[in-house]
Amino acid sequence: MREVKIVSKHFSIKDSHTLKVAKANGAYSNALKKAYKLEPKQIIEIIKESGLRGKGGGGAPAGEKWSLMPQDSDKPSFLAVNCDESEPGTFKDRQIISKDPHLLIEGILITCHAIKAKHAYIYIRGEYKQYQDILQGAIDEAYTEGLLNNCDITIHRGAGAYICGEKSALLESMEGKRGHPRLKPKQKECEWYFSNPTLVNNVETIASVPYIIDNGAEGYRKFGTDKSPGTLLFAMSGHVKNRGVYEAEFGTGMWDYIEHFGGGIRDGKKLKAVIPGGASTDILTADEVMEAKLDYEYLRSIGSALGTGGMIVMDEDTNMVEALKNLLEFYHEESCGQCTPCREGTGLSDKLVEKILSGNGSSEDIDELLEISDTMNGKTICVFAPAVSSVINSFIGKFRDEFEAYNKSTGAKI
Amino acid sequence: MSFQFSDDNLKQIEFLKTRYPSLDALSLPLLWMAQYQDGFISLEAIDEISKITKLPPMEIYRVATFYTMFKLQKQEKLLVSVCKTLSCKLCGSDEILDHLKSKDVEIEYVECLGSCGTSPVMQIKDVNYENLTPQKVDDILEELL
Ligand code: SF4
Ligand code: FES
Repeated sequence: MREVKIVSKHFSIKDSHTLKVAKANGAYSNALKKAYKLEPKQIIEIIKESGLRGKGGGGAPAGEKWSLMPQDSDKPSFLAVNCDESEPGTFKDRQIISKDPHLLIEGILITCHAIKAKHAYIYIRGEYKQYQDILQGAIDEAYTEGLLNNCDITIHRGAGAYICGEKSALLESMEGKRGHPRLKPKQKECEWYFSNPTLVNNVETIASVPYIIDNGAEGYRKFGTDKSPGTLLFAMSGHVKNRGVYEAEFGTGMWDYIEHFGGGIRDGKKLKAVIPGGASTDILTADEVMEAKLDYEYLRSIGSALGTGGMIVMDEDTNMVEALKNLLEFYHEESCGQCTPCREGTGLSDKLVEKILSGNGSSEDIDELLEISDTMNGKTICVFAPAVSSVINSFIGKFRDEFEAYNKSTGAKI
Repeated sequence: MSFQFSDDNLKQIEFLKTRYPSLDALSLPLLWMAQYQDGFISLEAIDEISKITKLPPMEIYRVATFYTMFKLQKQEKLLVSVCKTLSCKLCGSDEILDHLKSKDVEIEYVECLGSCGTSPVMQIKDVNYENLTPQKVDDILEELL
């Protein structure tokens, strides 16, 4: 397996979060200087050619999103960097903001130049205060050195709401409201923050920008696949020997990755399943994992998604009924409550799985679970409910026998 | 009882006003500020925030109740937030919770803290404690209590 480090290059250097060390390793030099010599439109072109995709979960082409920003608006433009990172199994952006915050800041400066924004907000989840302080320290250093002359950066702290990672909910929250996702517009357009044009991108996406500007679109396309170019900070948790975050090219074999970086399954156990890209992506069986490639297209082709690349690995002893119950509690807690199918469906399905888990379930309950899941699909404001629906379907579809046999099973603990 | 932001905080608020296109955006930062100042968010603090942001108190209250990290009640004991989501569950959060139940702390079960690779994890006063074992929990609490 070829190891490539684009955003994680400096992670293991001592004091990598300080300006001094970052500068000694090339921060704020080549990429930023090149960017300031380019016209905004030229930068957007380079990002488009590089094929950079949004690394927060959706995987939408970044350059196209950038070109939705008006270049000659009479209103101010803004950049909102999404550091909400609340998807279970995902803990990668946290590595960037605490180990190489200056890479993010440099990315922000370049991006703001490209979309003609003078102010960037970093929306960070409330639980990350400890990493937020490191990031704020880096921003303060950058101010002191006069690096932020053209652009202000403000950290805006969330306060414990998963849904604020959804880009329109994030903006609502930045506007000081409850984080309720907004209705999607009919045609493609940029986002709006207090009615001002705004670009929302994930931390890792923005942190990938300096490399692309420095090495050109082709330099970035040397890695990954044709449709999923470059790398991702994949994360691994659960029953592997060496859990953690390791950068890899798109297209890497999933099992190769788990063996190479993760050292395989711990305690000499066998693999049972992997949730590939954060909790809201469809679960894969061990057989599927052996064949799987870590890129958007492959995972979609087998009915799942790459999501955030945060893999949750489960060994042969894992109890699938308990695992689904755990996720449904999470969804029920985190539904923002605007849409009835989501608000009620997450609670009802949680109750049904609880019934099965108590040993009193029946096949009818499983069918009812699938019916509830159906009501959550395609009938809500945001994709939260459809994702829940899909997760339920994948657990039942792939492990139905465990749900059927639950009252007879030993009820092994996960 | 009334609520007043401290002088330092008032200064900080003046600065924050220059950082946002609208006063509405101040509700989250000010709720945080009030919570740090008093340890929780009182109704009086909500009134004060409402005056500064020029939003109705009910609007601020709606916001405060949406986000799980805002506490509207005074916490008597040390608050320990334990992650219960899947990666932590797979790596032993149940055992940590059971262990914590015998301690003189207020336990709150929370969803993913973004430390899944170093689970099980708990958060106390904004700090994540990772790779927990019952012994480690004892050591940490001994320091803090
Ligand atoms: S689908 Fe769920 S999370 Fe999304 S807007 Fe509706 S209620 Fe909120
Ligand atoms: S699941 Fe516990 S920190 Fe992510």
